[in-house]
Amino acid sequence: MTHHDKKQLYYEDVKVGDEVTPLAKVACSRMLVQWAGASGDFNPLHYEDSFAQAMFVGSPIVHGQLKRAWLGHLITDWIGDEGIVKMLSCQFRGMDYPRKMKTMTEPHDGETWWCKGVATKKREENGEYLVDCDIWVENGKGEKTTPGKATVALPSKK
Amino acid sequence: MTEGSKISDEIKSMIGVWSEPVVLQVEKGAIARYADAIDDDNPLFRNEEYARKSMYGSIIAPPGFFGWPVGGGNIEAGMSRVVGAVASSGMLRILDGGIELNFYVPVRAGDTLVTYGKLADAREKETKSQGTMVFLIIEQKYLNQNGDLVALARQTLICS
Repeated sequence: MTHHDKKQLYYEDVKVGDEVTPLAKVACSRMLVQWAGASGDFNPLHYEDSFAQAMFVGSPIVHGQLKRAWLGHLITDWIGDEGIVKMLSCQFRGMDYPRKMKTMTEPHDGETWWCKGVATKKREENGEYLVDCDIWVENGKGEKTTPGKATVALPSKK
Repeated sequence: MTEGSKISDEIKSMIGVWSEPVVLQVEKGAIARYADAIDDDNPLFRNEEYARKSMYGSIIAPPGFFGWPVGGGNIEAGMSRVVGAVASSGMLRILDGGIELNFYVPVRAGDTLVTYGKLADAREKETKSQGTMVFLIIEQKYLNQNGDLVALARQTLICS
């Protein structure tokens, strides 16, 4: 499904306990390089084996801020064009390791990450219709390596 | 250095002091490359005609993108002196512990932002597996060309 197919989410559509539409991501070494260039984070922790070993993480790890950006994507896709992200937070609790490349563009088979979330609270504040969510990135074993929170403002049907 | 503390006097002296301003250009090409890097096909981030008809009236940046240059993710150039002080205090390992971003005004293609960073806090924590670790809280504020506060970021760096 592309973004164009998505419907606008309204405040009245959301119930506490509702799931945020999950989003799958595959971290591969190519994506980490692309992210480094796009974000400006050139820390060798994310592309050099010996440096990653010296930093005691074993091998290059997925950028925390890349996982934070995935969670942003999760939320902006869910809320639609007229929803506004007010707050986004996450903690980097567990290391994630990218898949290696099989071809120039395709990674080997392996781990798939899921960005997920659940609505925890609805509130009207200063004329805004706000929804709080718990959000997280889950690794292939189902562990939440990157738990966080989001607050969004949604349009109302009122 | 204070006896028994891993937080050097140089680091302590930086607490609460805002950095010099760093100017960030928000180019539409940079926004599109950022969205591409996370496989986000949202037309608000790249399609001018689509974005013009939206409530924003122009291309906007995904949450957390504040333009170019960015030094080390959200640790802007103004914060490099803190990272330098961490290194010169003998701590070699810096990991990103997490971030909280609060957004107030949309970031639009063509914006010129200015950002200031400060070391807000430095605390030591004993851990079983890693010994003493230092938690640095870095705050970053972003303003646009109209002087509006665009966003506040609060990032935790874990040093050892």
